[in-house]
Amino acid sequence: MKKILLYEALREAIDEEMAHNANVFVIGEDVGHYGGSYKVTKDLHAKYGDFRVLDTPIAENSFTGIGVGAAMTGLRPIVEGMNMSFLLLAFNQISNNVGMLRYTSGGNYTIPMVIRGPGGIGRQLGAEHSQRLEAYFHAVPGIKIVACSTPYNAKGLLKSAIQDENPVLFFEHVLLYNIKEEIPEKEYYLPLDKAEIVEEGTDITILTYSRMRYHAIDANKELKKKNISAEIIDLISLKPFDLETIGKSIKKTHNVLIVEECTKTGGIAAELTSLINENFYNHIDSPITRLSTEDLPTPYNGILENAILVTPNKIVSMAEALLKLKV
Amino acid sequence: MIQTEKATPKRSEDLSKDLALTLYKDMVLGRTFEDMCAQMYYRGKMFGFVHLYNGQEAVSTGVIKALKDKDYICSTYRDHVHALSKGVPPNQVMAELFGKETGCSRGRGGSMHIFSSTYNVLGGFAFIGEGIPVATGAALQTVYRKQVLKDSNSDQVTACFFGDGTTNNGQFYECLNIASLWKLPIIFVVENNQWAIGMAHHRSTSIPEIHKKAEGFGLPGIEVDGMDVLAVRDITLKAIERARKGEGPTLIEALTYRFRGHSLADPDELRSNEEKQAWLQRDPIKRFEQVVLENKIAENNELENIKEEIKSIVQDSVKFAEESPNPDLKDLHKYLFV
Repeated sequence: MKKILLYEALREAIDEEMAHNANVFVIGEDVGHYGGSYKVTKDLHAKYGDFRVLDTPIAENSFTGIGVGAAMTGLRPIVEGMNMSFLLLAFNQISNNVGMLRYTSGGNYTIPMVIRGPGGIGRQLGAEHSQRLEAYFHAVPGIKIVACSTPYNAKGLLKSAIQDENPVLFFEHVLLYNIKEEIPEKEYYLPLDKAEIVEEGTDITILTYSRMRYHAIDANKELKKKNISAEIIDLISLKPFDLETIGKSIKKTHNVLIVEECTKTGGIAAELTSLINENFYNHIDSPITRLSTEDLPTPYNGILENAILVTPNKIVSMAEALLKLKV
Repeated sequence: MIQTEKATPKRSEDLSKDLALTLYKDMVLGRTFEDMCAQMYYRGKMFGFVHLYNGQEAVSTGVIKALKDKDYICSTYRDHVHALSKGVPPNQVMAELFGKETGCSRGRGGSMHIFSSTYNVLGGFAFIGEGIPVATGAALQTVYRKQVLKDSNSDQVTACFFGDGTTNNGQFYECLNIASLWKLPIIFVVENNQWAIGMAHHRSTSIPEIHKKAEGFGLPGIEVDGMDVLAVRDITLKAIERARKGEGPTLIEALTYRFRGHSLADPDELRSNEEKQAWLQRDPIKRFEQVVLENKIAENNELENIKEEIKSIVQDSVKFAEESPNPDLKDLHKYLFV
């Protein structure tokens, strides 16, 4: 085992996959000489050359489309969104081409590409750099959406994403790059479609992902003191959801709280709530409830910014309230 | 050397009979196929937006017949004829328009989404400009194979087609910059038919001479008579040579005209009759017939025979499409993921 930071784990994943397969390359803004805005591709250009760690002009829509064209013709691009928010500029390519082209072409072409980068609300980055695009892209057919949260899962998931024949949107979080954890020395892969049971429990299922995983863990310390046994599940796969793991937990706890960082309207929890209703209605004892960020542009002011976010305290109160509502 | 000039009338190759008849046949196929599409559309055999290519045949034929099988093309919503020129069998294109399983996109794409990995057709892209980055990516792949994977046979050229309206879109400029910066083997072919649906080119564009925009990006921009198949072919051969040698992209502006409305749903009320008549006089197929006959390259009856042969090929494609099965409902989700 070795102790490693999350961004280093991602870097190892890319490095190993580039070493395995010469068709794998990185493309994006400042991925090469600069090493990536969060140093995920640091020094890789020196090892693999400028072509395989390809710095592009600032042209998100075009370099995403270039990734599509390269993937259609046999390469395996990893497109970095310097900040995932910038990929709003590539929305057309992600939706029409990355997501739909394989189907629209009747299987003529496949798009084995990964689009990865930092998302989420950081510390006072302002509205445009604090977006949670996973919800925006959720409706796009034909893409897998994954959110990593620990150095261990970041590495194993990214390696699997790079090897997947389908396009994967891979979300990292700006505030998690410096999380440290021991990971295996040897190479490993994690399945893209499996949720992770973070802590086992019997009273309530807390479904969460990305940075909110840590808020749920913090909240659980408090819940334990109150004799509430919460099962925390990190969704990992935001599309498709791992309904098997989610269902097993619900059948055990019969209560569900979803904790997310995206905005409430049209968020990940909104979709997940519907799916739980459709699939596990008979097993639910209290209303499926979500804690989301408020429907606001993220304010710059730190006090206001904190106020729109879900906090561990809010999770504790909501879990308690829910269990009181139990039928 | 950067050049911004008109194509010279001198030809870089002799016009053999074989070549002349190949070009003629391809243009007649394009025209006949599209006329049949109009008939089929009005008879309710195909649906949605259908954009026909009539009038622009010299561009598709002039460019694509200069390419090799291994080369790529990337098209727009007006894509049937580009696919035919690249070799996609008419049966497969017509079946696609009928939404049938035997269509080149297996009935999932339709008129604006003609794809064929067999014939290196990267697609019909329905939104303005979105095919340009995709084509640029295919061109990048060619260089990547050569430089990173050390594949010395990797020298494909990608021809990327789009219209005058697209040249006011950011992706055009972004990719001119990138392709020129990285010396990618791509040919940007603007089919300037003067109209973006109802928007006249001069009403939308500050500098209407599109080929002039290349200079700012450091690549050759060449204007060519898009109603003259030999002129288009000649300039394309030079662009291909430049691309294959690793010297980078070329922007070709082919001045042309669509003889029908933007799509079959377009009432086409804005273009004046005088304008249409003037361009009809320059019909690229009739003009090429004259060249062939005046230079005694082939006899009139040979051209007539070609027309009959093509007519029968297109009729057969309709029969094939009609008799082909619809996609099986059980395959509704097929092709979404690998």
